[in-house]
Amino acid sequence: MSLELFLLLAAALFSIGLFGALAQQSVVMLMMGLELMLGGVIVGAAAVWHYIAPDAADGQVLVVLAVTVMAVEMAVGFAVVTALFRAREVDMTDMAAELKE
Amino acid sequence: MFDDVIFWSLAMLAVAAGVMVFRFDSMARATYALLLSLLCVGGEVLLLGLDYLGVVIVLMMTIEMAIMAVFMVMYMMNPAGLMPMTMIHNKRGAAVICAVVFAALAAGILLTPWPARRGRASADPTMDLGMSLMGPQMLTMMTLGLALFATIVVTVVLATRRGRYDRFGDDLKARTADDPVRGGVGR
Repeated sequence: MSLELFLLLAAALFSIGLFGALAQQSVVMLMMGLELMLGGVIVGAAAVWHYIAPDAADGQVLVVLAVTVMAVEMAVGFAVVTALFRAREVDMTDMAAELKE
Repeated sequence: MFDDVIFWSLAMLAVAAGVMVFRFDSMARATYALLLSLLCVGGEVLLLGLDYLGVVIVLMMTIEMAIMAVFMVMYMMNPAGLMPMTMIHNKRGAAVICAVVFAALAAGILLTPWPARRGRASADPTMDLGMSLMGPQMLTMMTLGLALFATIVVTVVLATRRGRYDRFGDDLKARTADDPVRGGVGR
C-alpha cells in the first residue's frame, strides 16, 4: 500500500465515472457516473490525509465535503428527473434537449 | 501484508463493479454494482484508519442505492433488463476522453514528488474531525448545512406538481389560490 496506489485507484474510479457521465443518455445513469467520480474523490482525499498530513484534520473535512456533495447531487438529480418527467414524460438527456425548441 | 491483500481485493472489486455499472442491461443490477463499488470505497477508507467516515460512507451508500433502485424502477424503461438495449451516445468520444483523463491523472500521480508523511495520526481521528469542524473549519460546516437546507427547499420546489404560478396565475396577482379543493375551515 502506498499513496500512489490509492491515488491510482481514485483516478481509475474517477475516469470510469466520467465515461458514464459523458456517454449515458439516461439522466439516472448519468448520476451514477457522477457518484462514481465522487467515490474516487473520497478515496483520494482519505489517502492524502493518511499518507501526507495525518495530524491535520483537513483531509477528513474534504471527505465530509465529498459525501455531502454526493447527497446533494442525488437529491437534486432525482428532483430534476421528477420535474422533467412530469413536464415532458422523458428521462433521457437527448430527448430533453430536443424538446427544448 | 494482510492490509495489502485487503487493499488489492477491494480496489479490484471497486473498479470491476464500477465498469459493470455501465455494462449491465438491467438498471437494478447496475444500481447494485454501483453499491458494491461504493461499499469497496468505504472499505478502503476504513483501511486508511478513518473508522467513522468509513462507516458513514457504507451506511449512506446502502440507503442511497436503495432509494436509487426505487427511482430506477419508477422512471426507467427496461428496469429488469429483460431485453438487451443500450442507451449511450458518443461512446467512442467518451472513451477517448476518459482514457486521456486517466493517463494524465496517472502521470501526475507517478511523477509528482509527494511530500513525506508529516506528523502522526492521533489515537482518535474522529475526535480530531469533530474538533476541526466545530473549530477552525466552522465555516465549512456552516456552508454545508446551508447547502443541505437549500437542497431540501429546491427538491420540494422541483418535485411539486402545482407551484405558486399554477395557483396564483402567471403574474402571481390572483387574490385567492386556484386550488381543486379549497382549504381552510368551513369549506
